[in-house]
Amino acid sequence: MTTDTSLVTRSREENWLPIIELAVEEVFEMMVGCRVKVAAPSENKPNEEFTAMVGLAGALCGILTVCCDAKTAGEIAKRMLGDTADSQEQAADALGEICNMIAGNFKNKLSGSGDRCMLSVPTVISGGEYTFHSLADGTCLETVLLFEGAPIAVRLQLES
Amino acid sequence: MDKITALIVDDSSVMRKIVERSLRQAGIELEKVVEASNGAEALVALQSNKVDLILCDINMPVMDGLEFVRQAATMESAKGIPIVMITTEGSEAHVVQALTAGARGYIRKPFTPDQVKEHVLPVLGKKQ
Repeated sequence: MTTDTSLVTRSREENWLPIIELAVEEVFEMMVGCRVKVAAPSENKPNEEFTAMVGLAGALCGILTVCCDAKTAGEIAKRMLGDTADSQEQAADALGEICNMIAGNFKNKLSGSGDRCMLSVPTVISGGEYTFHSLADGTCLETVLLFEGAPIAVRLQLES
Repeated sequence: MDKITALIVDDSSVMRKIVERSLRQAGIELEKVVEASNGAEALVALQSNKVDLILCDINMPVMDGLEFVRQAATMESAKGIPIVMITTEGSEAHVVQALTAGARGYIRKPFTPDQVKEHVLPVLGKKQ
């Protein structure tokens, strides 16, 4: 009898979506001071003017991205810093840190492989005309959450 | 309660402000806040500032938090200053590395002000 480990792995990774969603909810509640709500990805696509990304390496290889429009990124920064947040740099910094904490919180909730996985420092891209391509060719998990009605897309793209 | 000088080490300026705010919300009175965006800057800051408390991230460019803690342990100007890590790295291995290197506390991000209070007040010798 042979065991199809790829099937087992795929099934395990597909169970990670609720863990990602919980990680996002906790980060927003504790650091932004508001609740976010899971929404249907097909009906709620953000205008991806800001994309924050954190790489994962080790037992888990891939990239976690958080995308939203510029107004939402600015609002997140304002909620984290108070009304003193007024620049695109602070919006990018805030979104990068949110992405960092989501990746870390998700990783810390996984038993076993999370401990053997390292995170990169976050990177944020902003602008109106770009396409994000990840070369990670494995499972892609995507969820959309609503932050004060505005969609934020969180994607985990794994290396196979 | 005496006012203290805190050194906050994180590559995110947003996070440095949040940590400062969390310290104040924990009831810690701050005379001065010194900021550094990586471990190397923090070592320089320690040479020219009298600091009572250090809060330090782990994942930073140039010099990470664990290397900072190891190097700070060899500096006369950092002797006796409590270091509390504030980081997304939550594995037991990282906690052990940090505490072995000389950190006195470990807070995982995301965190609440109460968690900051719980981990920082004892290292300052203050009751919660």
